[in-house]
Amino acid sequence: MVVTRFKTESGATKKPKAPAVKPVRGAHVAVRGLSHTYRRADGPVLQDLDFEIRQGEVVALLGRSGCGKSTLLHMLAGLSHPSTGEVAINGNEVRGPSPRWVMMFQAPSLYPWMTVAQNAALGLKFARRSREIATRVPDVLELVDLASFAGRNVQDLSGGQQQRVALARSLATSPQMLLLDEPFSALDAFTRRSLQRDVRDIARTLGITMVLVTHDVSEAVLMADRVLVLDANPGRVAHDVAIPLEDAARSTGSEAFQREQARMMQLYTDVAHGDATTPLT
Amino acid sequence: MTAIPDTPAGGFRLPRLGRLRGIANAALGIAALMLLWWLGGLAVANDPDMFAFADFAPAPTLAALQDIVTSGEVWQMSGPSLYRVGYGMGIAAAIGVPVGIAIGRIPFLREITNVPFQFLRMISPLSWMPIAVMAYDTWDGAIVFLIAVAAIWPILFSTAAGVRRIDPSWLKVARNLGANPFHMLFVVILPAIAVDILTGLRLALGVAWVVLVPAEYLGVTSGLGYAINDARDTLDYSRLAAVVVVIGVIGFALDWLCMLAIKKFNWVRDTAH
Repeated sequence: MVVTRFKTESGATKKPKAPAVKPVRGAHVAVRGLSHTYRRADGPVLQDLDFEIRQGEVVALLGRSGCGKSTLLHMLAGLSHPSTGEVAINGNEVRGPSPRWVMMFQAPSLYPWMTVAQNAALGLKFARRSREIATRVPDVLELVDLASFAGRNVQDLSGGQQQRVALARSLATSPQMLLLDEPFSALDAFTRRSLQRDVRDIARTLGITMVLVTHDVSEAVLMADRVLVLDANPGRVAHDVAIPLEDAARSTGSEAFQREQARMMQLYTDVAHGDATTPLT
Repeated sequence: MTAIPDTPAGGFRLPRLGRLRGIANAALGIAALMLLWWLGGLAVANDPDMFAFADFAPAPTLAALQDIVTSGEVWQMSGPSLYRVGYGMGIAAAIGVPVGIAIGRIPFLREITNVPFQFLRMISPLSWMPIAVMAYDTWDGAIVFLIAVAAIWPILFSTAAGVRRIDPSWLKVARNLGANPFHMLFVVILPAIAVDILTGLRLALGVAWVVLVPAEYLGVTSGLGYAINDARDTLDYSRLAAVVVVIGVIGFALDWLCMLAIKKFNWVRDTAH
């Protein structure tokens, strides 16, 4: 069933990418007049957010802890609901979770009593698409370089491998959008870089829209086509910045990358110091 | 332990030696128990006041044990007992597991049931005996009730504790992947707490097996408790001691089966792995 097998997990050896996984039409997201106030909180955590995300776009929500970026991501996923305003995906208001958009968390949260393949198959099982498991699961495991790990218990895997299984699990149901909530922050630097690159590659190859929450400026610049820098108290979009980098330039060593990173760092620290009014150049 | 060198070659021998030593130590423990029993029998036989109880000693007991095993009587005794324990345990699990899951999941339920359940738990199951006898038409029904009352608490509390230890992110991820409540229960919650349920069953079995014998002193005319009572009434002490041995062996075997099941369903890896 599996065409090729790879021995390494790190992604350091580049795979010959001929994906058996077919591209999808990425989701279009529109956030309109969104504000949110937690019960018993003094002020709103998010205020007057208005933005759109194009099909297949990779967008990073960058901000300090407490700026509401995770709350916003949960709302995009339909896991919670804003006090006012709405999130619309492909023109329809989001009312709850859906297999068409999947969230990935900081912890891989795999089920330790299941094998790699069983974990990856869960979304299909829940969606009553069990008949697709036999073909679909090997394909997504191949996509994340874990084809030869299908029968292993997830507890035998490293942190990076586990996060790859979580990615495969998210991709198995062919979602139109991936929502990542700081999914690489628990990993070592090397593993994190290779996953950042691979996840962006996979999303771009498949045409999936991706929204990424992070407080790591270099991660935002490496992965995103566009960065929304969020202000805190209340959470607002302070800057909406495009990252005009070719894929080849998306590595920490490239000069163009370092320029973009420096520019983003400047915006980020300005916002962090409450000086969000600096006009964009 | 420290005598074995921690070399790579020793790494292969270590588990095997460890297992051999385990078996040897178990044999030593059994031998020590037999010795104490034999010494006690000797002391009783030589004491003019207790001389009548000499049949409790190992030799007559083992002879009586051989009798009841070869005649098949041992099955007639233990069959009804096992049936009652199984029935009572089944009822206890059928109530204890769902209720345990519910109070583990719902804080409100946990808070309102805490005091009543802890109160009921501390009442000796045997103190329900008169009520059980009045409430049930048959002796069997009363015994099964007493076993169920004894067995339900360990199952219920162990299940609830397991549910509370479930990693919340497992539930969040499942919800995010589109799990319905049925999936949530059978794909996430039950496998996650399987070991807790089995641990509860193991504890419950220990209690139930203890409660069984006095419960069978009630009016029934079958079972291990009845056999003990009957042997006492006929002054057949070697037979009485043989039944005691049978009770111990069956209890030990049931506990061992529970441990095997726990081992099979335990998904937590040894840290030494």
